Amino acid sequence: MELMFSMIVDPPVPFENRKKLRIPLFSTPVQAGFPSPADDHMDKALDLNEHLVSNPASTFFVKAKGDSMKDAGIMSGDIMIVDKSVSPKDKQIVVAMLDGEFTVKRLRRKSGQVFLVAENNAFPPIEITSEQELVIWGVVTFVIHQPK
Amino acid sequence: MRFALVDCNNFYCSCERVFNPGLMGVPVVVLSNNDGCVIARSEESKKLGVEMGTPAFKNEEMFKKNGIQVFSSNYALYGDMSARVMGTMRTMVEQMEVYSIDEAFLALDASQGIAFARELRSRVRQWTGIPVSVGIGPTKTLAKLANRYAKKNPSLNGVFDLTTVEPDEILAKIECQDIWGVGRRTSAKLARSKILTALDLKNADMALIRNALGVVGERIARELNGISCMELEELPASKKAIASARSFGHRVESLVELEEALATYIARVGEKLRTGKLLASRISVFLETNHFRPELPQYHPGTQATFLRPTNQTPELIGTGLDLLRKIYRPGYQYKKTGVMVTDLVDESSVQMSLFGNEGEKHRIALQKAVDGLNKRLGRNAVSFGSMGLDEAWQMRQERKSRCFTTRWDDLLVVS
Repeated sequence: MELMFSMIVDPPVPFENRKKLRIPLFSTPVQAGFPSPADDHMDKALDLNEHLVSNPASTFFVKAKGDSMKDAGIMSGDIMIVDKSVSPKDKQIVVAMLDGEFTVKRLRRKSGQVFLVAENNAFPPIEITSEQELVIWGVVTFVIHQPK
Repeated sequence: MRFALVDCNNFYCSCERVFNPGLMGVPVVVLSNNDGCVIARSEESKKLGVEMGTPAFKNEEMFKKNGIQVFSSNYALYGDMSARVMGTMRTMVEQMEVYSIDEAFLALDASQGIAFARELRSRVRQWTGIPVSVGIGPTKTLAKLANRYAKKNPSLNGVFDLTTVEPDEILAKIECQDIWGVGRRTSAKLARSKILTALDLKNADMALIRNALGVVGERIARELNGISCMELEELPASKKAIASARSFGHRVESLVELEEALATYIARVGEKLRTGKLLASRISVFLETNHFRPELPQYHPGTQATFLRPTNQTPELIGTGLDLLRKIYRPGYQYKKTGVMVTDLVDESSVQMSLFGNEGEKHRIALQKAVDGLNKRLGRNAVSFGSMGLDEAWQMRQERKSRCFTTRWDDLLVVS
């Protein structure tokens, strides 16, 4: 593709390729007195990404709206962690594109039929007909919910 | 050893589609900075005859009539999606060269052919939603041609391996100017020697090519013969320059407005320097009036300065940059664009930091870190330097920009 503007677009530089040079000498002021007894037991802080995102390249954050999935614990305003690399299986909660619209529902396959099922009795299950176009966009792997 | 060139199809349009299923099968175009002209087209738009570079304002009617969906460019989104595409490919190959925002060369071994290319293509599609084409060849130049061939022939489903066929028949159909690295001037030169197609160039006398085009041309001719002359450049060449320049949404005359705009661009450059752990030795600043309005007075000045000590500190960059701007600014012109470029970049680690670095310097660096941290958390320019102004009347036109779905908490895709 030709870029037709004068701005420079930098290709993404992987961080591991960047040069690092650590010079520990004089990097912290020398302190008098006793060192902290915890110094030898330093561990790195927990990073939630490690727990929630197994595949960064394919993981997207998507905001839930409405209460059609409330019985599955997805409330309006929650942030869903969606992994596009996961192959969708029966009973998983998925973000799907149905006839050009996004929706989040539970995927069900029963006797050759495919359904998108809400987790709320007020919403009937959607049976996917042969005329409809269904594309599974990604699988919901976690939900971040702020309690009231 | 073989090469693959992977190229995202209509990349910017494809990025828009990932987050907007209503765009499937619909003609889409993406406009340049400032909504000036078309820089990306979906297949449907190409079929409607929309050309690259089509000025947007002259074609509003045509866009509307044909139901073409028009977007301002959203580089935050495209940059993030590019990193995801590259990250996905990295899971399948050891060696890879990111060639541009939407292209990468991969090093393949003998076992990695069409089946591998198909798997790569489907993985990138599933993980990121972006369709790609894959061309395989014994050299980078031939991989690039194979990719082009895959794109031009829909029956190939986006993958083509030039090593499994007799290439001459295909090379005979490719004009010289469509070869990677051959520009319009070079192809005009070649045409004078009756070298019109890639096959002609492949079979041309090497001495003649070297004479006419130099070593670069000879290298291309050798690569067409299957002799690899260009290695994979895995480590990006260290950046020689970082620039930030945009056109204004409307003409700007006052120095104050220019100062605000330039300070914002300089802040962006400072951020990039610090992210890349680089220091700038030189800074240049330019101003432009509108070339396309020859009836108005024209003025295109530029000037530069050298830092005594290379720096990546925004206050220092802004201070010097604005001094330069004040030097070249003349009232009475309608300015269209201003910009900044820093050059002679050096690695932060390669510069001897004073062991007894003074306290003021330390405080300045600490302040800069705090500002960067806040901007990262709260969004760009949440905390800014006073010179960047508040109302930003000069900001570029981006009337049809999609949301930053992958880089801003407030912009996430919403699904019910």
